[in-house]
Amino acid sequence: MISRSEKVANYVVLLAFAAFALAPILTVLQAALGRADAGESSGFGNFAEAWKIGHFGTYLRMSLAVSVSVVLLSVLLSILAGFAFGTMRFRGSGVLFYLFLLGIMMPSEAIVVPLYFDLRTLGLTNTFWAVALPQVAQSVAFGTFWMRTYFRAGGRDLVEAARLDGASTRRMLWQILVPLARPAIVTMTVLVFMWTWNEFLIPLVMVTDENLRTAPLGLAFFQGQYSQGFTLLAAGAVIVATPVVILYLFLQRHFIAGMLDGAVRE
Amino acid sequence: MVRSPKPTGSPPGEPRRIAYLYILPGFAVYAAFLLYPLLRSVQLSFYDWDGLTLGKWAGFANYQEIISDVGLRAAFGHALVLMLFFAAIPVCVGLVLASVLNRAKVRGLTFFRTVVFLPQVVAMVVVAVAWRRMYAPDGSINDLLRALGLGSLARGWLGDYALALPAVGFIGTWFETGLVTVLLLAGMSRISGSLYEAARLDGAGPVREFFAVTLPSVRGEIAVALTLTVIAALRTFDLVYVTTSGGPGNQTSVPSYEVYHRAFELGRVGSAAAIGVTLTVLILLVSLLINRIGDR
Repeated sequence: MISRSEKVANYVVLLAFAAFALAPILTVLQAALGRADAGESSGFGNFAEAWKIGHFGTYLRMSLAVSVSVVLLSVLLSILAGFAFGTMRFRGSGVLFYLFLLGIMMPSEAIVVPLYFDLRTLGLTNTFWAVALPQVAQSVAFGTFWMRTYFRAGGRDLVEAARLDGASTRRMLWQILVPLARPAIVTMTVLVFMWTWNEFLIPLVMVTDENLRTAPLGLAFFQGQYSQGFTLLAAGAVIVATPVVILYLFLQRHFIAGMLDGAVRE
Repeated sequence: MVRSPKPTGSPPGEPRRIAYLYILPGFAVYAAFLLYPLLRSVQLSFYDWDGLTLGKWAGFANYQEIISDVGLRAAFGHALVLMLFFAAIPVCVGLVLASVLNRAKVRGLTFFRTVVFLPQVVAMVVVAVAWRRMYAPDGSINDLLRALGLGSLARGWLGDYALALPAVGFIGTWFETGLVTVLLLAGMSRISGSLYEAARLDGAGPVREFFAVTLPSVRGEIAVALTLTVIAALRTFDLVYVTTSGGPGNQTSVPSYEVYHRAFELGRVGSAAAIGVTLTVLILLVSLLINRIGDR
C-alpha cells in the first residue's frame, strides 16, 4: 500500500526530526567531554573540575532534599484528598474541588511576589521550607485532581463491596485502593519529581544563601560568574540535567503517558 | 482537556463528614501557600509599594499602566509572538509529522518517541545554556551557515535587535514540537481504520484524507496541545532570564519576566502583582476559550 520511496522518505523525516531534537543536547555533551579552554582538564575530568568550582555538590544535595520532600509530602496529601473527593459525598465538595483545580492553572508568577514579602516578614525567606512548601501546594493541586480521577474510575464498586464487608475507611484506602492505584502513584511521583527538580522561579526568589540554591539555580549563577569558555559550563549543565534524564530513560512510558494525560499543570 | 472518568453525578455512599479530615492537611498547605498568596497578589496590585516603606492606595493605576505603558505593552506583545513559536508552529509541524508517522507504520517508533520527548524533561536552564552557546557568534548555528556558504547571515543571534525574540521563540518550537507530535500521534492511532478505508473508496488522496478524516478526529488532542503550549508561552520566565534577561533593549521582555524584574529589581511591587494577576486571568481565559472550541 505504501511505496518503497514513501517509506524511505518517512525514515528521512523521522531521522531529521530526531536529530533536530537531539542537536542541542549533543552540543552540550560534546562540549562537556572536550578539552577545557582555560584549565588543563579534559574528558571526565571536566565534571570533577566543574563540580569543584561550581559547588554542584551542594546544589545537588539541596535539589535532592527539596524534590524528595515535595514528592513525599504532596503524594501523601494528594492521596488523602483525592480519596475523599473520589469516593465520598459531602457538602461543598464541588466548590472545594474547583478551588484545587484553580491551582493547576495558576502560574508561579501570580503567587511569588506576595509570598516572598510575607515570608520575609515572618523571617522565613532563605530557608529550605520557603522553597519546598509553595511547590508542595502546587503539586497537591495537581495530585488531588490526578488521584481523584483514579479513585473515582476504579474504586466505586470496590468501595461499595468493602463497606458491606465492614472495612474501615482507613483500611479501604491503604489496603485496597492504594495498591491498585500504584501505576497512577508512580506516574504522579515522577512528574512531581521532574517539575520540582526543574523549577526555577521559586528558588530564585526565595533564597539568596548560596548553600540553599537548587541545581538549576546554581547553574544559572555559574553561567553568570564563569565566563572562561564553555566546557565547564557544559559539564555543569550535564550534571544538573542527568538525574531527571536517567529517571526519564528508565520510566519513559510513565513519563510520556503522564505528560499526555495530566500535564494540565504545565 | 480534563479527561473525566464517568460523567455520573456524585461519588457513591451516604454523606460522610470524615471527608473533611482527609482533605484538611492538603488543603491547609494549599490554602496557605497558594490561595492566600493569590488573594494577597490581588490586594497588592491595588497599591503603590516599594517593598519597604508603607504602601499607597493606587486604585486601578497599576492595571491602567499595563495598557498605557509602552514597555509593558511591548512585553505582552512579545508573549503573543512567543505563542506563534511555542504553539502555532509546533501544532502545524506536529500535525504533518504525526500524520506521516501514523500512515507509515514505521519501525523504531518507540525510539523516536523517546528522543523527541527528551527536551521536555531537561531543565529549562540547561536548555537555555545550550541554545545560548549555539546562538553565539562563534556557535554551531553560525558555523553551519558558513559551511553552507551563507556566512553573511552569521551574527550573534540573541544580541540582534530584530532577531532576538524569534531566536528565543525558536527554542520554544524546539522544546514543544516533540510533545505536540507525540500527543497528536496518540490521538491519531485511536482513529478507526475503517474511516480511512471509506475515504479511500471515495477516491480520497493523502491530502483529502488528512482534512476529511484525520484533522476532525484529533480535535480534542489539538485543543490539549494548544492549551499546554500557549500556557507555556505565557509563562516563559527561566528561558528569558537565562538567555537574554529581556534584552537587547527590552526586545525579549515578557510579562513573567516583568513580574520578576519589577518586584525584585525595580522595587515596584504593586505593578508586578498587577502583571501577575493579569497573566493568571489571561491563562484562565485562554484555557477556557480553547477548550470551548475543542469541545464543539
